[in-house]
Order: sequence, then C-alpha cells, then structure tokens
Amino acid sequence: MRRRIPIIITFIVGTALIMAMFIPHTPFSSLDENLSVYFDIIAVFAFILGGGNLLRVHLEKIQKKKRDWQFSIVTVVGFLFMLIIGFFKVGGPPGLSGDFLAEGSWFRFMFEAVFNPLQATMFSLLAFFVASAAYRAFRAKTKEATILLIAAFIILVGRTPIGHYFTSWLPKQLDFLHVPTLASWIMGWPNTAGQRAIMIGIALGVIATSLRIILGIERPYLGAEK
Amino acid sequence: MRHKRCGWYFNSRILIFPVSILSLIFILGYCHFPEAQEETFDILLRSEETPAPPGPPAVHDTPYDSGESITIQWELSSDDGAGKNHVTGYDILRSETRDGEYQLISSVTKGVKEYVDTSTKDKVDYYYRVRARASEFFADSSPSEAVQSKQQWYNPERSNLLAIAVILSFFIILYISRAKRGKKLFIRRIAGLEAVDEAVGRATEMGKPILYVPGIQDLDDVQTVAGITILGSLAKTIAKYDTKLDVPVSRSMVLAAARETVKQSYLSAGRPDAYSDDIVHYVTDEQFGYVAFLDGTMVRNKPAACFYLGSFFAESLILAETGNSIGAIQVAGTAQPAQLPFFVAACDYTLIGEELFAASAYLSKEPRALGSLKGADAGKVIALMFIGLGVTLETLRVLTGSPAIAKASDFIIRLVSLRF
Amino acid sequence: MSVVEKLGNVDRRIIFLLIALAVIIPLVFNISFMEHPSPIVQTIFDKIESLPNGSKILLPFDYGPSTAPELEPMATAVTRHCCKKNHKMYIMALWPTGQAQALRVIEDVIEEEFPEKVYGTDYVHLGYKAGGYGLINTILADLKKMYTTDAEGTHIDEIGMMSDVQNLRDFAFICNFSAGFPGLKEWVQFAGDPGDIPVAGGTTAVSAPLLYPYYPRQMLGLMGGLKGAAEYEAALVHGYPEYEKVYQRAIAIMGPQAIAHLVIIIFIIIGNITFFIEKKRAKKSD
Repeated sequence: MRRRIPIIITFIVGTALIMAMFIPHTPFSSLDENLSVYFDIIAVFAFILGGGNLLRVHLEKIQKKKRDWQFSIVTVVGFLFMLIIGFFKVGGPPGLSGDFLAEGSWFRFMFEAVFNPLQATMFSLLAFFVASAAYRAFRAKTKEATILLIAAFIILVGRTPIGHYFTSWLPKQLDFLHVPTLASWIMGWPNTAGQRAIMIGIALGVIATSLRIILGIERPYLGAEK
Repeated sequence: MRHKRCGWYFNSRILIFPVSILSLIFILGYCHFPEAQEETFDILLRSEETPAPPGPPAVHDTPYDSGESITIQWELSSDDGAGKNHVTGYDILRSETRDGEYQLISSVTKGVKEYVDTSTKDKVDYYYRVRARASEFFADSSPSEAVQSKQQWYNPERSNLLAIAVILSFFIILYISRAKRGKKLFIRRIAGLEAVDEAVGRATEMGKPILYVPGIQDLDDVQTVAGITILGSLAKTIAKYDTKLDVPVSRSMVLAAARETVKQSYLSAGRPDAYSDDIVHYVTDEQFGYVAFLDGTMVRNKPAACFYLGSFFAESLILAETGNSIGAIQVAGTAQPAQLPFFVAACDYTLIGEELFAASAYLSKEPRALGSLKGADAGKVIALMFIGLGVTLETLRVLTGSPAIAKASDFIIRLVSLRF
Repeated sequence: MSVVEKLGNVDRRIIFLLIALAVIIPLVFNISFMEHPSPIVQTIFDKIESLPNGSKILLPFDYGPSTAPELEPMATAVTRHCCKKNHKMYIMALWPTGQAQALRVIEDVIEEEFPEKVYGTDYVHLGYKAGGYGLINTILADLKKMYTTDAEGTHIDEIGMMSDVQNLRDFAFICNFSAGFPGLKEWVQFAGDPGDIPVAGGTTAVSAPLLYPYYPRQMLGLMGGLKGAAEYEAALVHGYPEYEKVYQRAIAIMGPQAIAHLVIIIFIIIGNITFFIEKKRAKKSD
C-alpha cells in the first residue's frame, strides 16, 4: 500500500497535466500553475531538510574531528551567519518584511564583498580549464577529430575582433571566406542542425521517461525499482 | 470761470454716460470675456487637433482559452501613420452597459490595433470603446457590440500536438506490452554504460571512493530523475563490491529521493549494513558553491571514478577537468546540448542526450522500460519522415516555384507547427 | 623526455599561467579592438531603436555574480539604449541572485547616467520571484497575480507605469539576460511563442550554441557572451556617437579575450605538431 498510493497519485496527476494541455476549462486551466506553486512550497519546506542535513553532517565532522574537520567550521559559521543576518535583516530596514538586500544591510555587504567575487572566481576557472581541455582534446587523431579541430579553430578566431582583421583584405566576392562569416555559418548551420537533432532525441527521451514514470514502470521517488 | 466751470460740468456729464457704459462693459468683459475667448479658442483648437476616431471595435471572446479574456480589434485612426499623423496611442475603455460610464482599462501605443482584455468576468456583458489620443486631445470610437467571455472545453489549435501525443503513446505502450509478453527487444550497446562496471571495479581495486553527482537541478527536471534512477542501479553494484559511495546533492528534494533510492539499492543488494545516511548529503543550492565543494572533495579524496549524470550548466567543464587532473575514470551524461562538448572533451565516456534517459532501462534490462525506448524510436521515425517531407517540398518549391508545391509545403508547416 | 614530448604534454599549470598572463597584460596595457556588430546582434539594437518612444520593455535579469562579467556589459548597454529611447523599463528576475544584479545596473546606468528618469514612471524593479518557467507561464496570463509589490515592497497599484500592464502580452519587447535555467530558452518557449511577443536577449558564450536553433523565427536576436555584448556596444556607439568617448566595458574586455583565444590556438597548434612528429617517429620505429 505504501508504494501503491504514490504510484496512483503520480498516474492521476501526470494524466491530468497531459489533459490540461488540451483542455483550457477549469480546473485543468490552472493545474500546471497551481502545481508549480505547490512544488515551490514543498521545496521551501524541503530546504529545512537540506539545511538540517548540512548542519548535522558538518557538526558531526567537527565533533568527531574527522579528516579536514576545520573546513566544516567555516561551513557552519558561514551558513549560520548568513542565515541570521538575512533573516533578521541586520543593518537593513527595521522589521522582518523589509528588503534583505537594502542599502546598508549586512547581507548586501556580504553579497557584494564576499559572494560576488567568490562566484566570479569559480566561473573564471572555466577560462583556464577550457585552455587545458582544448590543448588535450583538439588533436587531429582521426578525420572526425580533424573536422572538429578546424571548426574549433574558425570559431576561436571568428569570435574575437582579430578574426575580423585576419581576412578583412579579402575581396567582396570572397566574403563568404571571411572568418567571422565562416564562424557565424558554423554556428548557424552545422551547429544548429546538430543541436536540433540532439534536441529531438532528448524530447522523445523525455516523453518516454515521463510515460514510464506516469505508468509506474520507473519510480525513483520511491527509491529504486520494486 | 463759471462758464468754464459750467462748461466742464457740462462736458463731464456728457462723458459720464459713455465712460460708465464702457466701464461696465470693461468690468463685465474682464469677468466674462477671457473665459468666452478661451472657450472659443479651445473649440477652434480641438477641431484642429482632435484626431479622427478609430473605427468601431470588433470584439470577441478570446478563442480556446480558460475564459476571462476578450479580444478587441479596431481600425486605426486615420491620423495614425497617415493624415495629421499625430496620434500617440489608444485607450481601451470598458462598460457593462452600452450607454453607461466607460472606465479606462488599458492603453496601447500608436500603430497597435488589437488588445486582449484579461480582466473580465465570465458570462457578463461588456461594451468597449477605443479612444485615439493625440497629446491632450482625443476622440472616442462608437461602442462595440455586447460581448461575453467564457471558458472552452477543448483547444483545437493543439490538435496536432494531441495527435502526436496519442501516436507516440500508442507506440510506447505497444512496445511495452510486447516486451511484457516476452518479445526480445534489441538495444544497441552504449559504451558509457558498459563502462559502469569497469569504473566500480577499478575503484574497488584501488580502495578509493566513487563520486556520483546527479546534476544541479531539482526533482522537477527529468534529467535529475534519470540521474537518480541510474544511481539506483549503480548503488546496487557498488553495494555488492563494498566500495565507498559519495553522493553530494545540491537540492533538498533530491537529497530525500536519492537517499531513499540508495537505501533501497543497498537493501536489494543484501547489504543494508553497508548503508549509511551520510552517503547522500546536501551541500548547497548555489551552483558555484556546490562546484567548489565538489572540486575540493575530488582534490582531497581523489575518487577513482566520477559520475556526472543529470542536468549541468557551466560547471560541467570545471568538474570534468578537475576529475581528469586526479586521474579518475569519468562517465558523464546530460541532456543539456551546450554542455555535451565539454564532457566529450574531458570525460572518458559521455551519454549524449537521450542516452541518459535510456540508461536506466539499459542498466535494469527491465522489459517494460526497454519497450518504452523502442516506442520512442517510432517517434524518431515519424519525426524523420516529416523532416524528409518538409525538406523535399521546400527544395522543390525553390527549384520549381510551383504554387501547388508551395501550398503543400505551407500545409506541412502548419500541420507540425505547435501552438502553446 | 625530449622537447617534443615535453611540448606534447605541457603541465596544465603552465597553460594556466600563460592564460592568466594573456588576460592580465592586455588589461593592464588597455589593449582593445574595434568591434563590428553581426546581424544577430544588430537585430536587437534595431528592434529597440525602431520601437516608438515610451514602449514597454521587459528586462528579466536571470544571472548571478559568477556570470556578471559576461552579462552585465550587455545588460548595461541595452538599459542605456532603452533610456536613450525613453522606453519604459520593467525589470525583474527569475534568479534569486538576479535581483541584486539588476540593482547594480539600475544604480550605475539609470540613476547615475539618467537622473531625470523617475522610478515608477520610467522604470520599475519588480524583483525576484520564484517559480522559474512556471512563473513565466503564469504572468503570461496575469502579471499582477504574481507581482503584488515591487522589489521594495510598494504595492503594484501605487506604481503609475503598472496601471496599464495586465500580462506579458502588454510588452512590446522582452530582452532577457540569462546564464542558464530558467533563462532565454524558457522566455522563448513560455512567453515569446505562446504570447506572440518579440523575445531576444543575451546569454553566456557557453550557452549560446544551444539558442541558435531558435533564431530567427522564435528569437529575434542573440548576444552570445562578451563578444555579443561588445557588438551591442559597437552598435550603440554607431547609433549614438556621444558614447564614443564613454568607457565601453565589453569592448575593453574583448582585448584580453582575443589574446587568450590566441594563446589557446597556439597551444592547439603546438599539441598537433608534436602529435604528428610523435606519430611519424612511431611509424619509423615500427
């Protein structure tokens, strides 16, 4: 029974949502919207579960002085500090309903002075990793790899202002060989064709997976198969 | 003197009358003339500056919707884009009685000749006027016919979508039932999934943990669901090999689902003793905070195998390159086409798009799940047929310029164009 | 280890160091290049330019600090352009971090460069709302159902420019800046397509290829990464020459990006040359 009820709920809700695509009448019309709101509400409550888990795991690590337990102190202190200054709007407008990002609030200061640079730093790692991955992966080992290499080359040059100067001397009749034009062509045609093919496959995969879930063949929300 | 005085007296008497009359006129004029003058001026100005009114609005209940919506269309004022060309916009006015008071409900800019009023109540009569505005001057159209909004039970604009859904579902259910009856279904080899055992074996030999990342999206993303389903199969193998598994997650709901999945897998593998709640743990919802944690974990714990199966964004390359730097065997899979090149470049095996969704069926070898894959293939055949037909017709249209082919091509485009 | 082998297996830390130098040196010496807007970016500029003054434009900020270096320059340029054209700007965010990003642009562009703009009349900041594409779906039919107040808590009915906005269909144009999900793709799928509203926007260079399939039928134009932002800035400078002397951030940062691309190209060439030499040697030894 513990398994059957969730499967029945999944089937009913899944089928109703599919029907809602074709029936604009109430109650179907607002089903998608209302369920999205319910999802958000559940997600908010689930956050307590996540936050609780984070605290439990790291406090245990500190208590038992497990490997790298010092990092856990940073995590716990950081988590509680941000939670408190955000919740109580420290330094911001009085009252709990004000804007937590208001000018002068501690939360805003932490957001701009700590969170912003940390995020930008993590994202900027991409520039370094793109270089090392390109150096390792773009080798003309096969015919396919050579085509990939040439395409990468054109895009890399074409997506910079240098690409414009590189072939700007070409006569107008040969404009199609201009590097930025070639880069745009690769992005607009072969890339789009490939993307569309992958997207069609993905869409069909999503439909098949969704049907498996609705029909109860696949039920990860219950914890693996029967 | 007297004469002079009389004379003055006489003269002043003569003057008193006209001066008094003039003063009276002046006083009266002062009080009333400016207003009269302004009124006259205003009438003159209005007649010159007042724009031509728009045509009477055509109104109808917005079709195929959930009610509470009326569409209003009107002919532009002849001073909009032509004539004096000074119309700045239109006000939409509404009343529940034809000759009642009309309330302003919205304004649109010049050149616009349609407005959808979504603030109506169903089954109530409404009348509309459209007012052309030119600075402070305006002109109203005559009122529209009465109109009511109502809900519809079927949206025929989505008939093609319904047909596609029915056909696809038919094939998927057909193949599922065939598979249930024991018919053998062929499924091609997916290298990335064949490598799962190899990766687990390697981690066991090396005595190092396995890192599993189910993406950075929540449970409402099918990719996350697929990632958790694969985790279920993988956890069973890991439990058998008695290898350490680490599943840090970035969403609380994923935490609950993944934990339950791993628990069930350890139970079905007969190793409930090896299960611990700490295998699946929450890190943060924040994308790069999560990535920082994963990178740190990889560098410190040096897992022998890393699995990235779910929905990924910019972090894909950061994770894959860090995994590569520690020499881990890496299997990735996502339905985010933009991230696939990064995974392909830096991982040992990559499940491309739909392979991620096929993975759970592939690993479980469950006949009904395999049947659904076959059904999806039927959808691919149908899509290919339409693509072939469309390309052929469009090519012929360009080559021949035939109106009949153009008509057929347009029909195909209309047939497959989905309206949401 | 021979020189060829060494060049074929350059330590990643050396690559990282050279990339860092390729970025830092042009930044220090202010090396930049002229940009030329491509059609896919020019269409966005032309759309904003061609809309009648005072048109309603929705600007959703769906990114966080991590991607701000790529997306903020384009958000700045588009906002600047909207201000120049006296369009009414409706700013919102589907990402929690987007609200703060929007605030930065409001303060740096609208409040500082166009102090005559009045909040509530010329622009409004609706702030962040959870719900992702579900929210887009909802506000397509009824905006005020989800947005009862602006970002500062002022009731929506007290904001003048919100009086004639019922839903997304009331906007003449949606220009989104997004770094992922929910983002431009969702704005196209859940607002542009069903509502028949012109949608365009900018995204990170990484996500740009994913959006090309929607151009030009479903998506008016696309600014892909910093390059797209620089092209928009170039279009703005071309259309409004008074900006020639104003610092254009994306154009300025494109210098380091161009040099970094060159370094990557050089490494790819080195990698391939060593690969072929080693292949030849292996053949000989066989």
